[in-house]
Amino acid sequence: MSYNTTELMACVASRVLENGKSIFVGTGLPIIATMLAQRLHAPDLLVVFEAGGIGPKLPTIPISVGDSRTFHKAVMAASMDYTMGMAQAGLVDYGFLGAAQIDKYGNLNTTVIGDHDLPKVRLPGSGGANDLGSLCHQTITLMRQDKRRFMEKLDYLTTPGFLTGPGAREAAGLPTETGPYRVITQLGVMGFDKETKEMTLLQLHPGVTVDDVMENTGFELLLGEVKETDAPTIEELKLLREEIDPSGIVIGK
Amino acid sequence: MKVLAEGEGERLAWMHPDEARRWMRDNKSRALVDRRMDISEAVRRFTRDGEYFAMGGFGHIRVSMNAIYEMIRQKRRNLIMAGKTSVHDVDILIGGGVVDRIDCAYAHGHELRGLSPCGRRATESGRVKIVGELSNAAFQWRFKAAAMGLPWYPARVMMGTDTFRYSSAMIVEDPFTGSPITLLPACYPDFAFIHVHRCDRYGNCQIDGTTIEDVDLARAAKRLIITTEEIVDDDVITSEPGRTVIPHFIVDAVVESPNGSHPGNMPGLYYSDEAHMTEWLRLSRSDEGVKEYMDKYVYGVEDFDEYLGLIGGEERMEYLAKLERLEVPLDAPWSRRGK
Repeated sequence: MSYNTTELMACVASRVLENGKSIFVGTGLPIIATMLAQRLHAPDLLVVFEAGGIGPKLPTIPISVGDSRTFHKAVMAASMDYTMGMAQAGLVDYGFLGAAQIDKYGNLNTTVIGDHDLPKVRLPGSGGANDLGSLCHQTITLMRQDKRRFMEKLDYLTTPGFLTGPGAREAAGLPTETGPYRVITQLGVMGFDKETKEMTLLQLHPGVTVDDVMENTGFELLLGEVKETDAPTIEELKLLREEIDPSGIVIGK
Repeated sequence: MKVLAEGEGERLAWMHPDEARRWMRDNKSRALVDRRMDISEAVRRFTRDGEYFAMGGFGHIRVSMNAIYEMIRQKRRNLIMAGKTSVHDVDILIGGGVVDRIDCAYAHGHELRGLSPCGRRATESGRVKIVGELSNAAFQWRFKAAAMGLPWYPARVMMGTDTFRYSSAMIVEDPFTGSPITLLPACYPDFAFIHVHRCDRYGNCQIDGTTIEDVDLARAAKRLIITTEEIVDDDVITSEPGRTVIPHFIVDAVVESPNGSHPGNMPGLYYSDEAHMTEWLRLSRSDEGVKEYMDKYVYGVEDFDEYLGLIGGEERMEYLAKLERLEVPLDAPWSRRGK
């Protein structure tokens, strides 16, 4: 079955999510991936939305991380105070984010392209992203990969990755044993080197070469033991197209 | 406590806790008095040009659209908005010429619908100024500090980032752990509107579903105007006091506004109106389009009832209620652009 890169990213991201863990989810593709994981291998994935929805059975894709779908048949309809407090207290395993720019330490920009005070493109800002990147045990980022997005120096650092490298998060005062875990793009999956905290290529999607990835990365990407991604299965694609996003709002037609 | 870093953002809406206590003592009536009035009186009496304000809900969820349209109609100017997940609310208020500064956690975006043409154009051209950046949790806890009568609230967010650099927070050495910790300045908005499912004539409110920041925002705001889907008998509240999330003694006005979150979502009652959102997103690509929208939906009507007639009246609201109950599929015309 053929598939587009958005569907591929959703499938790959969903496979990363483990059953029995908790996840704080951002708008768009992260929600799709989460819904897919819940319907396949992770029925007990505890989903948390910043506006207060906790443990919903997402019936269809929400437009907002605060709309009524985010607490449909949920275990709790709480508040921002409660969900952010949960993350700060160590109860949220993954933060699931998107971004416009990322650097080799997994720091993210969702605030501005160009100068802050005279922006070329004004983006929404942190929203809850900085909080998720600061407080969840691990963060996963889903975004497109090219040289304008994977860059040596961000225009603006909205959300902390490993900041300037090993020990930087702890020195800044962020909770220990936290930080970026995976970056998933249309080309592959990246992790972070245990010692240097630099982004490392772990996985290539079908038909993608190491050169393809390097050509679309604006910094020096480390090479891990690179595996090939399994193509999306018919079951995954059917769920995405028929149940999760039947109007093709996120995955396209 | 040793100060390690200080954000460059403007510290707005902060008060010394003793000044805040005096405000609460002298301005908030503890009495069970009838606080009902219409939106035009509420906006006239409780909002002023140049003030700092916040909207309850989540930008396009449970938001006081009636109040937003009325502020535009009354030509409020030079307001600073708490951009705490501000979505359609801030976009319309920028388009209406009301807001020219944003204290920004989230603005210029419509979540899944993409970026906001109107808000982006205003900020990229310098017409709207971003006076500070912060995170959503930071805003929530700035309101909490105010709600608790404290000068600041500690949190482990924003450290090491430009989000902190452009904020009005401080990082200090925590005397307990010895590690850096962020202190978020209390935020006391001059006024706030919060849209609720039901309240009594005194202002005791119930909200169905998530409360977002509203429990703390209600206590932080110097003046609080409640818009409500429904005004209920006193005993609806007192027979279930555990459900009261905002009590009368912090409320300054109650405005009955059925369907008052349209085109936003009102959990349990109606879903967002994506055809209307698409019309706004299309028109707001130009200043002329924004004017066309305002002329039709804001200046062209007397009040919110007439506006509701214009968007399709009861029939449209019934469809949105069905959509909320998942009885009809979602049609999102904006998602077809460029696909």
